[in-house]
Amino acid sequence: MAHTATDRALHVGGKTATGKAGRRRSVRGGWHETGVAGLFLLPALLGFVVFFLYPTLRGIYLSFTEYDLLTSPHWIGTKNFVKLWHDPLFWNALRVTFEYVVINIGVQTVLALGLAVLIHRITKSTMVRGVILLPYLIANVIVALLWYWMADVNLGVLNQMLGWVGVHPIAFFGDSHWAIPTIALVNVWKFMGYTALLIFAGLQTIPATVYEAAVMDGASEWKIFWRITVPLLRPVLTLVLMITIIGSWQIFDTVAITTKGGPINSTRVLQYYIYDQAFSRYNFGYASAISVVLFLILAGVAFAQMKLLRADESDLA
Amino acid sequence: MTTQVSIADVAAPPAPESSAAHERRQFSWGRLLAWTTLSLFLLITLFPLYWMLRTALSNNRALFSDPTSWLPVHPTLGGFKRVLGISSVEQAQAEGGSGASLHFWLYLRNSMIVSTAITAGQVFFSAMAAYAFARLRWPGRNAVFFLFLTALMVPPIFTMLPNFVLMKNLGLLNTFPGIVLPFFFMTPFAVFFLRQFFLGISRELEEAAILDGAGHIRIFFKIILPLSSAPITTLGLLTFINAWNEYFWPLLVAQNDNVRVLTVALGVFKSQTPQGSPDWAGLMAAALVAAIPIIVLFLAFGRKIVDSIQFSGIK
Repeated sequence: MAHTATDRALHVGGKTATGKAGRRRSVRGGWHETGVAGLFLLPALLGFVVFFLYPTLRGIYLSFTEYDLLTSPHWIGTKNFVKLWHDPLFWNALRVTFEYVVINIGVQTVLALGLAVLIHRITKSTMVRGVILLPYLIANVIVALLWYWMADVNLGVLNQMLGWVGVHPIAFFGDSHWAIPTIALVNVWKFMGYTALLIFAGLQTIPATVYEAAVMDGASEWKIFWRITVPLLRPVLTLVLMITIIGSWQIFDTVAITTKGGPINSTRVLQYYIYDQAFSRYNFGYASAISVVLFLILAGVAFAQMKLLRADESDLA
Repeated sequence: MTTQVSIADVAAPPAPESSAAHERRQFSWGRLLAWTTLSLFLLITLFPLYWMLRTALSNNRALFSDPTSWLPVHPTLGGFKRVLGISSVEQAQAEGGSGASLHFWLYLRNSMIVSTAITAGQVFFSAMAAYAFARLRWPGRNAVFFLFLTALMVPPIFTMLPNFVLMKNLGLLNTFPGIVLPFFFMTPFAVFFLRQFFLGISRELEEAAILDGAGHIRIFFKIILPLSSAPITTLGLLTFINAWNEYFWPLLVAQNDNVRVLTVALGVFKSQTPQGSPDWAGLMAAALVAAIPIIVLFLAFGRKIVDSIQFSGIK
């Protein structure tokens, strides 16, 4: 990206010698481009510094303090992190969130890849793509409420359907074994179409000639999928996985609406635990320490996938 | 063999002859299977939304006796009336509502104010910043842009705790500025998105304007913004939808009734409904009403939204 910007600047700089002279005349020396840029940048820069940069640094600082919102924070060194290491609820949150991410991303990616390939092969209809995107546009809160109702143990239509094939009602949100898989699948429903569209965009960049050549050689569909589509799609898949995995680790809304961390902590995911520590117990320092850990996990995911991405960049080049 | 040919020509969407081949293609079991699978996906996508509507139109008491009816049970607008506060307590209770009132119009208005303000501010200020990054030359430009992009990596929860403290210290809890401000000036995505489009605008128009004595402010308003109206609309749509759907931040800073937004109100409504016999019809009616603005935007601008999602896939 930085690369294209420089190219552009060079290109423009070389081409517009006359334009530059004109500009210099018109601005009469008072307005330098840097000053103008500063003016244009000012509101965004203000927002960036006040609401992104400063809170990021302050979040790191708060993780080394004890802070209850009423008295000012006081420095306690790494005590929060030591406490965290010995906090079974933190490890539980980490485990539960990981379980959620594995189920959510695993199922979602497979289905979305299948859906994307399917759409790419049989229809160009924007309507079809619109319909599969629809759940993504609806608020998490609404999606959570809707599935909470559909999966209700007494009256939910899912359990009624299961009843038709002789399965006893399942307390999808009320049973500690079912709660995380249920929430993970609810969000598969929500994000599957979105993920499929991202993959679909990647499929469109694969030149048709590649497929034609494979067909000439008499390759089967199965072989074409595994030997051509998947390898050429790998950079896009890596990017899509990065976006979806990072989002998945931050699961909160669905839990907050349906189970509130229960039953017996079985859905107390990291972000819900952070929220709980900060706003039910006013342990802001400790909550910040947990969010530092979450931040590090996400940075790790991004870093690992960026390395993978770079390694694969040459596939289509 | 026929199915193999189909892979090749459908894989080439830009080629016009492939669509002709599309029409002529004959029946094959592979295609039937593919369409069946796709239909199944569409069914799974749409069924829950239908079920929301079906429940919202049912009489809550009657739901208990007939939980699987495909059509609304004892159809009534009672659920919607309860949500919008136009049914009496007796009426509500007769249909299995709790009788608790929900200031839905108020929350609807609040969501409207918050989402509109966020959209207007964020898109405008991000466009200004994108102009500075795409069309002006100044020292340190790439470095500052890179710094902006790194903010994409910071998870929202991480900045939201300190931002909450900041809002509390500023005395902005339970105010509209408190909800709006963190999203008002920019998001890294908005700046990045618009910069991509601004980079592609031809220099010639701009140079002609400069020769006519136009300054950068006039160029921005008279040339850049009108020429980018399509991506700006798209960005505005995405921003509005995100703002409308946001739950976590308003949950932290806007608990009071007078500034509570719809998503937060839905959460409260759900937790107030009696555990033993929840007002499912009322809940679904509330959820549906909260989703209506998004559904309207989707019906009006579906293609734009689909394209923008695909754009973010390839960049």
